[in-house]
Amino acid sequence: MKLNLAICQFRPVKADVEASLAEAARVFERVEAMTPRPDMLVFPETALTGYFLEGGVREHAMTAERLLERLNELYLPGASRPADTPLEVVIGFFELYRDRVYNSALCARLGENPAILHVHRKVFLPTYGVFQEERFVDPGHTIRAFDTGWGRAAMLICEDAFHSLSSTLAALDGAQLILVPSASPARGFEPGPGVPGNVVRWDRVLRTIAEEHGVFVAAVQILGFEGGKGFPGGSVVFGPGGEAIARAPLWEEALLGMRLDLREISAARVGQPLLADLERALPGLLLHPPRGAEGGRPSGHEPESGEGGESS
Amino acid sequence: MSGEREGMIEIPDAVHSPEVSASPSPDDLSPLAIDTKLVERWLVEFLRSEIGRRRFEKVVVGLSGGVDSSLTATLCRRALGADAVKGFLLPYRTSSRESRDHALLLADGQGIETREIDITDAVDGYAERFEPGMSDHRRGNVAARERMIVLFDQAAKLDALPVGTGNKSERLLGYFTWHADDTPPINPLGDLFKVQVWELARAIGVPEKIVEKPASADLIHGQTDEEDLGVNYAEADLILHHLLSGYPADQLAELGFDPAKIDVVRKRLEGTHWKRHLPTVPMLSSTAIGEWYLRPVDY
Repeated sequence: MKLNLAICQFRPVKADVEASLAEAARVFERVEAMTPRPDMLVFPETALTGYFLEGGVREHAMTAERLLERLNELYLPGASRPADTPLEVVIGFFELYRDRVYNSALCARLGENPAILHVHRKVFLPTYGVFQEERFVDPGHTIRAFDTGWGRAAMLICEDAFHSLSSTLAALDGAQLILVPSASPARGFEPGPGVPGNVVRWDRVLRTIAEEHGVFVAAVQILGFEGGKGFPGGSVVFGPGGEAIARAPLWEEALLGMRLDLREISAARVGQPLLADLERALPGLLLHPPRGAEGGRPSGHEPESGEGGESS
Repeated sequence: MSGEREGMIEIPDAVHSPEVSASPSPDDLSPLAIDTKLVERWLVEFLRSEIGRRRFEKVVVGLSGGVDSSLTATLCRRALGADAVKGFLLPYRTSSRESRDHALLLADGQGIETREIDITDAVDGYAERFEPGMSDHRRGNVAARERMIVLFDQAAKLDALPVGTGNKSERLLGYFTWHADDTPPINPLGDLFKVQVWELARAIGVPEKIVEKPASADLIHGQTDEEDLGVNYAEADLILHHLLSGYPADQLAELGFDPAKIDVVRKRLEGTHWKRHLPTVPMLSSTAIGEWYLRPVDY
């Protein structure tokens, strides 16, 4: 099976969902003109508003159903593909779900038979340094793979991917492609790499995910300055052997198309069956879960040696 | 990077994490090193983005003849073109001739149009008439605020945005006049220590005589920042960097930093948090601005 994937390094119109959707519609037009036509198009995290909204998130949150409706309204007039080859879109947005606000990514099928394939709600909400997500949105609680028209995918949003457990869960659930819509502000301008330090770190994290689990990984970044915090881009796709398949340029909007041969996954896993090893070992490991930094005692305190028994 | 496709940007494989570094050492200035090409590109992108977002096409910059305003004006020229940048020389009667010469040297080199507006009458109209015997310190603050009055008015006249020139060292040490130097709505150098300003200024061609001269507020003849502060910028910047990165003062002293200089820096840092904030407002409601009602500047 082969997948024609497109990733869009995208500059949202700050705090303006309709204007951002209009920009997305222009991307749809370009995608329909691409050869071969992409099966899936991936936008970044918070693509409809920009990332730093603080208390404004609720004013711009929408349901996944409403977003699907708007995306399809914008997509259909310019759609030029046969009905049996719909476009699947992944896009990050602030989601209103059961009266709560989440930082979510929607995967939806557009076309004559539109459908929501999956919604991932960001689990790990960065709330340190420049980030304040947990103050403004609620965390999701699950990481799942899901079926698409071409195979099985999973979505992680930005910091989700920094926790190796997240991609492990996605891979164990059968993901062949892990999609990572992201919004990573630049920091680290030391001499050496020639790109901001966060771009180098992202690269290392994503490559490790691809290599460890034998999966394709596509990370897509937003672009532009938001109140002095700048998003430089650096979107990238890795293959299951850890090779970079495509990179968007820094500083610029970009729409990149590529053809992924999903058979490369089994080739990588035959050579290095780490995922199978993990599956075999996992039940035993879970029988003896780690005790955590506080010794696994909900309210207790132990001497730092850990050998002194209960403190009284 | 073997096996990757041609034409892609290259990301080095080297382990690199800005959050991780070796133990601080007073002899190791490497934590302050910057990739000047990358920083220049970043600041130019920032200026284009912020000025455009605010729907301006032109900027005004106060040119003191010092390295901060020279670098700021140069970056603005690179971001917007020389025609979009106007430099203002705003001397007071005690300002040195050298400062004026250096401001004009920079402006000529960058092709930036300038205008000179002497603020002596405005400052002394208040100081001499109502407050004879005013200290140099107070007079310096009045002059700094007067410069901003002129700069903002000229910005309004020219439909331009005032651009600030304050660096991170001054901001952290509180070595500036509150609601004067820190007033312009955008400030491209605000996250660069003074030694980084020097490095970037050299790299992008600010004339060496401007970069190499001792930093001075130019209020009293011969006065320098470093004499005022009691520590030189290279030492202060390194101590500030490590304090802000989470190293306590006593640990830095154990690692060989001069305790007296740590003390000078720490006291200035800890005594000036108020200068880095907007005025304090007594909260009465759960809609208090900036406390409960939180919206970003570009919202």
